[in-house]
Amino acid sequence: MSEQIMWLGATSEPSLVQTVDHVALLPAYLAAGTAVLVLLVDLLLARPVATVATAATGAVATTLGAAAVGSGAERRTFCVGADCSYVFGGRAALVAALVALLVLGVLALSGPMLRAGNTPVGEFCFLLTCSMTGGVVLAAAGDLITLIVAVEVLTLPLYVLVGLRRGSLASAEAAVTFFVVSVVATTLTLLGAALLYAATGGLHLERLGALLADEALPDLPLTTVAVTLVVAGLAFKVAAVPFHAWAPATYDGAPLPVAAYLSTASKLGGVIALLAVVREALPPEVTGPVLAVVAALTMTVGNLVALRQRRTVRLLAWSSVAQAGYILAPLGALALVTEADARTAGYAAALAYAVFFVLLELAAFAGVVALRPAGADGGHLDELRGAARRHPWVGAGLAFALIGLAGLPPGLAGLFAKVTVVRSLVDGGAGWLALVVAINAVIGLAYYLRFAALLYAPAGGVAAGPAVRPARAVVVALTVATVVALAVGFAPQVVLDLAGS
Amino acid sequence: MSTGEFLLVAVLALPALGALAVAAIPRDRVARSVGVLAAALTLVAAVALVADREQGWTAYAATTPAVRPWHSIDLPWVPGLDLRFHLGVDGISWPLVVLTALLTLLCCAYSLWRVPGGGAGRALVALLLVVEVGILGTFLALDLVLFFLFFEVVLLPMYAIIIGWGGDGADPAAPDARRRAGRKFALYTLFGSVLLLVGVYVVVSAAGTADIVALTGGGDLSRATQLAAFTLLALAFAVKSPLWPLHSWLPDAHTQAPTVGSVLLAGVLLKMGTYGLIRVAVGVAPEGARWAAPVLGVLAVAAILVGSLVCLAQTELKRLIAYSSVGHMGFVLLGIATLTATGIQAALIGNVAHGIITGLLFFLAGAIKDRTHTGALSELSGLRETAPRLSGLLAFAAVASLGLPGLAGFWGEAFAVVAAVNAGGALWTTLAVLAAFGGALTAAYLLRLLRRVTHGQPTPTVAALRPGLAGAELAAWAPLVLLALAVGLAPTLVLGVAEAPVEALLGVVAR
Repeated sequence: MSEQIMWLGATSEPSLVQTVDHVALLPAYLAAGTAVLVLLVDLLLARPVATVATAATGAVATTLGAAAVGSGAERRTFCVGADCSYVFGGRAALVAALVALLVLGVLALSGPMLRAGNTPVGEFCFLLTCSMTGGVVLAAAGDLITLIVAVEVLTLPLYVLVGLRRGSLASAEAAVTFFVVSVVATTLTLLGAALLYAATGGLHLERLGALLADEALPDLPLTTVAVTLVVAGLAFKVAAVPFHAWAPATYDGAPLPVAAYLSTASKLGGVIALLAVVREALPPEVTGPVLAVVAALTMTVGNLVALRQRRTVRLLAWSSVAQAGYILAPLGALALVTEADARTAGYAAALAYAVFFVLLELAAFAGVVALRPAGADGGHLDELRGAARRHPWVGAGLAFALIGLAGLPPGLAGLFAKVTVVRSLVDGGAGWLALVVAINAVIGLAYYLRFAALLYAPAGGVAAGPAVRPARAVVVALTVATVVALAVGFAPQVVLDLAGS
Repeated sequence: MSTGEFLLVAVLALPALGALAVAAIPRDRVARSVGVLAAALTLVAAVALVADREQGWTAYAATTPAVRPWHSIDLPWVPGLDLRFHLGVDGISWPLVVLTALLTLLCCAYSLWRVPGGGAGRALVALLLVVEVGILGTFLALDLVLFFLFFEVVLLPMYAIIIGWGGDGADPAAPDARRRAGRKFALYTLFGSVLLLVGVYVVVSAAGTADIVALTGGGDLSRATQLAAFTLLALAFAVKSPLWPLHSWLPDAHTQAPTVGSVLLAGVLLKMGTYGLIRVAVGVAPEGARWAAPVLGVLAVAAILVGSLVCLAQTELKRLIAYSSVGHMGFVLLGIATLTATGIQAALIGNVAHGIITGLLFFLAGAIKDRTHTGALSELSGLRETAPRLSGLLAFAAVASLGLPGLAGFWGEAFAVVAAVNAGGALWTTLAVLAAFGGALTAAYLLRLLRRVTHGQPTPTVAALRPGLAGAELAAWAPLVLLALAVGLAPTLVLGVAEAPVEALLGVVAR
């Protein structure tokens, strides 16, 4: 993958000879290498355990590589003058490491599914690690083309992964829905990028920012259209209202671990892409009000519809739509802010919220996977009634994640996430949006609480499903996610520092 | 670390560690005993806070801050969110801290003897201790964000207590009713606390600090900021207190909660609202407080009248006591709304008195319901004949609640009215008259309660009662009876420590 991106980056200004900083590219090499290695191991050894182990080792290596490279100074490569297509700094390292860790978590969650034998292990691991490569590159993308290609590399394998449940009509439907919507979204973004290029002559994010801020640029309606198209296309990827309708159907049809991936890593990717273009390239006076409205709609619609859901994964899907609204909210305040400091704080708040969110969301999915039979879908909420009485620890983990998503103690991670967003909104002068966030937190509590209380309700009346023994890998993933969530709940400054770096 | 700092940390750490220990010990009886021990140690630490306090009141200079804690501890926690672990105790918070520790101890001890049906006893005790951590933290926090954090801690454990152990097992509709009550409680109070969150950050982002000590008096906040902040904060605390018309979560939650839950809810949870109003809303946004005082006063008097009238028509024991809280908290809020020294003193002593008396009333109502399995007043007449001690205690608590001079309830209500009269002007005089009328109504409904319950011919349910009281019950109630007498005879127990901080607060507020 990285080869392809290298060429794209290089060919945008073909006349210059470049030196390539291979250290900056190390995480991308590691991720892409993992994907290739998984393919080879699956081909040559043909043993599922070896394949999964390779993928897991590769994800760990990618995490370590990203952390090692990111701990140093910011590294830039594929530069044309001052504009670079690949910028690997602290933030990129955070996102790359997070994506790799999420892949690791999803691999753990897919243990029972892969063991059940309905899923081709090699293909699953290969596609997952391919998607990881996209996420790693995305974090460092410095121009629109690299960004869009990286988002596609992140998403493309998912079309197949969503449809991986053999013999399931819902799964096939989900895959087709996802494919169609996603392709349309990509087209929109590409069209927007092309129009932007036509209007300004720039593709590098920082350069676009400077060009669009330039007074000399003629105030064409074209620019606004282009900006709207780029933002709308990326809003599809984060499932923001009104581009959200694909998410619940797709999540519900997909195998549970893939749904977990969609609502964590894939959503994180969309958020990062959106952050990148809003932060560097597009004028906040245009994107700010649009994103403020989108954020308010997204959280309100997501929460209200989630209230009525009776299927576990659909509830999580709608709640994850609502959560995307909270992530986008700080970006909505940016139009009103003029100081650079406050803007940086807004981006940092959005990223910090996203980090807290993916952690808790992964834990929630891990809890659901652990409490469901191997290879099953999410089922109805009622099938989880009283589950915490049968499996106290797993049930407590799931309840903790749900409470965290609702943003209440003892889920301090979620509480601080909400606090971060409200703070950045009030600081940014968007008090009304802070109130919308606040009211939505109350609506959100209604269904999270219902779900969590259901886990502890007496099972009487409803026939308990077949006895489930939570798979060890899933329990480990749940434990790790819960412990990390607890830790960052007591020391949220770590996340805030990383997100603000 | 000085003794004071150590005690402050101990007051929060003891119940927190106690809760963990109770949850970790598998043997129910042992676990509950450990919980009682933790609660007892907490009470000792809370009482000890009054010792060796800094008596710097005489050195009254213009530069000294309006909040001068006896002891404080200030550590950084999350600089990115302006959150510091800043605790302190002074004469305004100390009586409430002791009241919280005492009521939690009594509830834990009571749970040693009787666990309401629904779940494991040790889980209940652990949750009670977590609730205690939240309430104590709220009273001790001197950082706005920390205050909000502790404010939120209380919510879910209390919800779990209501839906886990609440209701009456005999009633088939009970699970639904208590789930509804629990959900209403959780959503209502979360609504309050999210407004608090926004209000807190309106202040923090304008002032650049979350330190309550530095912020008290309004600092350099502009008028517009203060009005916005006060509106948000007052709404948040009005839900918690609760102030009419935001009170409708309270009767359901109190009625459905188990006895120990009701005691904590009425005894101290509501005080988080009134305490927050004094310390945070009035302290941080005094200009907003002056602006909104008439509205607050009118609503408070409305609460008194509505609460009393609803009580007159109640037919269920626990619900009646629950609604009486609306009226009593109305007096407390009226005192605060006057923004005078008398008024705020009345509010503080009213807070403590209501905590003691209503705690006792809920204990007694729980005991009656446990014995008779009904709360309907019509089925309870003649209690005096078969259970004279129980009925005597109920009479004592009811008389204390209606504000008989010499008992704790008198001071808060009487001086709230006096403060309103002293505030002068047509509005406040009218409010004072109406509040006094509300006081008469309070007497009417409590006497009606006594007439219905203690007097008359024993009904079949009541006739089957045995007169004795369990030792655990006496142990849990005796401290409250004694305190109701002590505070009534010597209000200086509360007012003595609160006088100086209230003066200091008004020094900056009433400008």
